[in-house]
Amino acid sequence: MSGTGDLLWDSGHLRLEREEARRLMEAGGAPSPEPAAEPLISLRDLDLSFGDHVVLDGISLDVWPGETVCVLGGSGAGKSTILRLILGLIKPNGGQILVRGQDVAAASREELLELRKDMGMVFQEAALFDSLTVYDNVAFYLHEHENLPEDEVARRVDEALRMVDLDPDQVEALLPAELSGGMKKRVGIARALIHQPSILLYDEPTSGLDPITTRTIDDLVLKLQRELGVTSVVVTHDIRSAFRIGNRVALLFGGEIVFQGTPEEMMESGDGYVREFLH
Amino acid sequence: MIVRKAALTPVRYAGSSLRELAWHTQRYFTLLWRSIHGSFTRPFYGKDLAVQLDSIGVGSIGIVILTGLFTGMVLALQSAVEMRQFGATIYIGRLVGASTVRELGPVLTALMVTGRAGSGIAAELGAMRVTEQIDALNTMGVDPVRKLVVPRFVACLIALPLLTIVTDLVAIFGGLLIAIVKLDLTFDLYMRSVYSTLAQNGFLLRYIPIDFVSGLSKPLFFGAIIAITSCYYGLSTRGGTEGVGRAATGAVVTSSIFILATDYFLTQLIIGLFIE
Repeated sequence: MSGTGDLLWDSGHLRLEREEARRLMEAGGAPSPEPAAEPLISLRDLDLSFGDHVVLDGISLDVWPGETVCVLGGSGAGKSTILRLILGLIKPNGGQILVRGQDVAAASREELLELRKDMGMVFQEAALFDSLTVYDNVAFYLHEHENLPEDEVARRVDEALRMVDLDPDQVEALLPAELSGGMKKRVGIARALIHQPSILLYDEPTSGLDPITTRTIDDLVLKLQRELGVTSVVVTHDIRSAFRIGNRVALLFGGEIVFQGTPEEMMESGDGYVREFLH
Repeated sequence: MIVRKAALTPVRYAGSSLRELAWHTQRYFTLLWRSIHGSFTRPFYGKDLAVQLDSIGVGSIGIVILTGLFTGMVLALQSAVEMRQFGATIYIGRLVGASTVRELGPVLTALMVTGRAGSGIAAELGAMRVTEQIDALNTMGVDPVRKLVVPRFVACLIALPLLTIVTDLVAIFGGLLIAIVKLDLTFDLYMRSVYSTLAQNGFLLRYIPIDFVSGLSKPLFFGAIIAITSCYYGLSTRGGTEGVGRAATGAVVTSSIFILATDYFLTQLIIGLFIE
């Protein structure tokens, strides 16, 4: 293929992507958060290695109250590791992870358990407890931490399931093994928001789902941001999802954040890896 | 992902293996300590404890009954072959009683529970680890050690001595069957023989035979070994379903070796404290 041919093809491909991206951003329309004085989550110069493998190399990222930040990157780029660091499931080799100004890496076990009570996590494979029904999975947090009468627990479980567009009467008695992939994700989201956390962390919420279910999950993430005002960090490799739901996106490559900004800014970026990732 | 490779010489390899061993040892004893501490402090998970008692204790009754029955019968048969030559078959009860209550009862019960329940614990926790259910517990502010390990630890501590009593009684009964059917001994003669061996090493607090104390203190240690080793392997599982299989196998092999080694040292200690 000639040089001119490459250019024409590239140019056409980029134009198509831009149009699609614009369409996605308009279709999603993540609401802009209210300005805030301090970020809710702040990663500062984070370093993380496993043996000889350097996973994160001095990354910094702020997440402001009410916004949805999508962390993009290829497989094995360390995206999910960022969520585990925010939750304090692993400790960094260097740098700080501040959640509401408190350093997660320096927190004691008890402080971590307290900090996590204001966070909800949606796992890649939902991570529902196999031996518990949907009802018990969603009610798990309330049974563990809040001494509520069972009818109040049932009311909150119903509410959470309806929030994720599931019919409580049809799913409450089912075991996780009896649910489809999309339903598992939705039950996972219901479980994560049952205690009304202000931070929701999503690990590849749309991976392995068909396009229609992916769209449903995206709409759900947007709905939770609009209606509950939650702050979200979404780890994904699905650029279309990220453009639809993200106020801002960060692109991870080689252990570093090579880009962070709005989806529009990403489309305009001249960075080689950003352009390669987009196409 | 950036990869920095370093040459691994034999000396460095030995050093890293030792470091790894020290790391695992530290984590193993930390888990033991946290389980002991968690057994006496809130929150208590009574429902989970009941489920584990049912699974580990009640679920193992069948297998320990069979183990005890055949062990007692084999002991009686084997010893009869030798004792017949000296006309000493009336002492069969002594041999069956002593070897069962002191050694075989506790050890065989522990090994059978390791194979049945220990592998199950490691596989269950391993599957929970690889499917991120353990992480899910952490993110919901629930300590997996208190929720998952402590109920299994306490259940093993309660179940093992009780199961050992079952094994001992059934083994003595198995020996009795052989004594009556094959050796023409009477019930009374056999049971007197069993009692005489249990009384031989004296009594603690006037009424409790030392052999009985020895036989029932060991299962407490064995229960702790089974619970902590199996939970440790389960919680440390890496590498998907293959890792779950490795965890289950590792838990059984390591627990079995720990049980046999601990049995030797406990026997030494008990002989030193009570008998010599």
